Amino acid sequence: MSDVISVSSYLDYTTGDALVDTKVPGGPIAERWDRRRFEAKLVNPANRRKHTVIVVGTGLAGGAAGATLAEQGYRVVQFCYQDSPRRAHSIAAQGGINAAKNYRNDGDSVRRLFYDTVKGGDFRARESNVHRLAQVSVEIIDQCVAQGVPFAREYGGLLDTRSFGGVQVSRTFYARGQTGQQLLLGAYQALSRQIAAGNVEMHPRTEMLDLIVVDGRARGIVARDLITGRVDTYLADAVVLATGGYGNVFHLSTNAKNSNATAIWRAHRRGAFFANPCFTQIHPTCVPRSGDHQSKLTLMSESLRNDGRIWVPRQAGDTRSPADIPEDERDYYLERIYPAFGNLVPRDIASRAAKNVCDEGRGVGPGGQGVYLDFADAIARMGRDAVAAKYGNLFEMYERITAEDPYRVPMRIYPAIHYTMGGLWVDYDLQTTVPGLFAIGEANFSDHGANRLGASALMQGLADGYFILPATLADYLARTPADEVPADHPAVSEAVFAVTDRLYQLLSNNGDRTPESFHRELGELLWDHCGMARNETGLRKALDRIPVLRAEFWERIKVPGSGTDLNQSLEKANRVADYLELAELMCLDALHRAESCGGHFREESQTPDGEAARRDDTFCYAAAWEFTAPGQAPVLHKEDLVFEHVHPTQRSYA
Amino acid sequence: MNLTLRIWRQQGPDTDGTMTTYEVADISPDMSFLEMLDTLNEELILRGEEPVAFDHDCREGICGACGMVINGQAHGPERTTTCQLHMRHFSDGDTIDIEPWRAAAFPVVKDLVVDRSAFDRIIGSGGYVTAPTGSAPEAHATPVPKAAADTAFEHAECIGCGACVAACPNGSAMLFTSAKIVHLNSLPQGGPERESRVLDMVATMDDEGFGGCTVTGECATACPKGIPLSSISTMNREYLRALRKGA
Repeated sequence: MSDVISVSSYLDYTTGDALVDTKVPGGPIAERWDRRRFEAKLVNPANRRKHTVIVVGTGLAGGAAGATLAEQGYRVVQFCYQDSPRRAHSIAAQGGINAAKNYRNDGDSVRRLFYDTVKGGDFRARESNVHRLAQVSVEIIDQCVAQGVPFAREYGGLLDTRSFGGVQVSRTFYARGQTGQQLLLGAYQALSRQIAAGNVEMHPRTEMLDLIVVDGRARGIVARDLITGRVDTYLADAVVLATGGYGNVFHLSTNAKNSNATAIWRAHRRGAFFANPCFTQIHPTCVPRSGDHQSKLTLMSESLRNDGRIWVPRQAGDTRSPADIPEDERDYYLERIYPAFGNLVPRDIASRAAKNVCDEGRGVGPGGQGVYLDFADAIARMGRDAVAAKYGNLFEMYERITAEDPYRVPMRIYPAIHYTMGGLWVDYDLQTTVPGLFAIGEANFSDHGANRLGASALMQGLADGYFILPATLADYLARTPADEVPADHPAVSEAVFAVTDRLYQLLSNNGDRTPESFHRELGELLWDHCGMARNETGLRKALDRIPVLRAEFWERIKVPGSGTDLNQSLEKANRVADYLELAELMCLDALHRAESCGGHFREESQTPDGEAARRDDTFCYAAAWEFTAPGQAPVLHKEDLVFEHVHPTQRSYA
Repeated sequence: MNLTLRIWRQQGPDTDGTMTTYEVADISPDMSFLEMLDTLNEELILRGEEPVAFDHDCREGICGACGMVINGQAHGPERTTTCQLHMRHFSDGDTIDIEPWRAAAFPVVKDLVVDRSAFDRIIGSGGYVTAPTGSAPEAHATPVPKAAADTAFEHAECIGCGACVAACPNGSAMLFTSAKIVHLNSLPQGGPERESRVLDMVATMDDEGFGGCTVTGECATACPKGIPLSSISTMNREYLRALRKGA
């Protein structure tokens, strides 16, 4: 477009050396994890207490890692911004956790879970990592059962499973619709035991605001006590980030309100490469927004699509109530376009189709941003009681939010940002490009490629935290000379100064716009141009706008109160400042990846029937971005992806 | 709708607080209670005043962070968390009183934010199964009768919000503590620590300054997750049993 003037320096990015050393062991893929563990150096049990490890975050990955490292004898110093480690957002995961137990004797195996995950990730994940995830999955279930996690069971007393996310085997273990809650409480209880034993020094209501890097190694963090406002430094032999994803950059998402990207973004600015930031996942079945006051979005299990039928009016601008729209004036668009899969097409396809019909003016509800999910046929076929037995709690939740009774009026749903596959680049050891800095769970980019399968987030968080990180971290500690960083080291004072200076700027600016108003504006910009469908024009527009918005933020931000007590506006402003930088990298990544894959749909790259077209010849790599200087173009490092075991295919659901 | 809010404002743990009156206009019935407070806070920031501090996070009723006493009731008039309470349950012109959880063991941090860390210490004193990572037997080695698994789940649903304590005239944490004890003591995995768990957790509960139980039942009425009042009597039986065993 001629009226677009490029102001973002990000477009001038350069390409640096390829990332070659991924630390993946050689040999047959099924033996690599064993081999890595065998080759790892161990730390003598008597020496472990001499090593201090910082763990930031207490979700599934962080909680599991903190508890396990403390059990092994390391000194753990752990942080979370919530008032209790039990509240991390893993708690909101509903559906379940995958594991290749093959209890159903239905043909499941480690190899099949590996295969499904690589294929589901649309061939943009590292095979060796995914295989290890599938291997470890079976140990996770054992561990959680031993902790007393109350999984669903059958009458014989054995564990129940269900099939999830369109796979053909039943490998998802669950605890009603609260699997995340129960798994997190298991990890939290194990962590609490270690806190009470004095092996974990827990700092709740404390937020990491910077990483301390000394002589090229991660040696600590700068964190702010959210109650007293005190900014302190914590030094250690290694730092583990388990701080979750960055979905809240979109303002409206299914993430918790305070989930944020500051820890991983600050680590990125200190040298950790950020991989595939444009790989974000959109969930098709969320409650639509009810107005401009909307503060977050609520997800409803996509199991609803098993029996509900999705439709919109055939005519644009049809404002009749759904009951008044006769059958032949309804468009059951998923059943029409995808007769084989119908309402059960994968998440991204269902989401994009909903966006398309809404863009055509056929959306329903406030602002036309919704589609119907209708249970009338299911009620006629199965009876109201059967529908209630299956979906009662979800219907109740929906009615509480919308005051509409889904037994009588079709539900309204709309897609929402839900998960981020991108994150800090890590090698096979889950170590970032900064030695001594590890990233686990959603905070890293590994395992899910361009799209995550349902019930795999919980699996990855716990695999990383309970089993993988404790082994690889020990190797790092054993191989790294133990030396202490003096508290007055210049790198420490510099990090503290950077943090306090920024907080001072935010507090003293006294402008005329709230942190929330900037967050909302940035989120809308990203949703429009870097959301469900992306194209070059839109991404360039966003790349032009973001630096302008960022400058405006620092001119007009208003944060009342002081920095010496609980100040939630200050916390929010500080996080939004980081979103304003991260958003630019996301858009650049989305622009540079001129292919469609998984959750990343580029309109220029689609098949004649509108499906995502991957371009393996050009883009079969993970894009790891290196930070250079504020406002300056980053450097792209490619990690080529080689598929030795799962042959890339183009998926088709038509 | 237009509303009058009377909100507890308290600068810090050591300062006195006061009920302060605010007017909010054009509140949509579709807003959640917290979104209504967001609206007030945006106005306060633009006026250069400090917004009302309150805990919240997931805003879908599962993290347990939010909680305030609304018109004298913990989490307000509906049996749900504050974040899932919607403004359609109020009427134009209403005056709404908003206060923090009131309990000796939950000191006020600021405005509507209280310190619930006593709950974490209760869990740390026995609300777990000692099962270090890697030590677990194969998951199917011990079948668990479905009824036991269901009982465990029903009690494991507790979100640790503290409404039970806030609703109790004695500021007792019996419902919270008993929920975890019944969860773990119902399962074979919780068996080996069955006695020490109940003795240690009850001792910590008492040390933290929570009141005793007089079976008023307000806790179970306020609980957004429906933890049954009977869990308290189960805990009492577990406690007596443990005492007799001399564990």
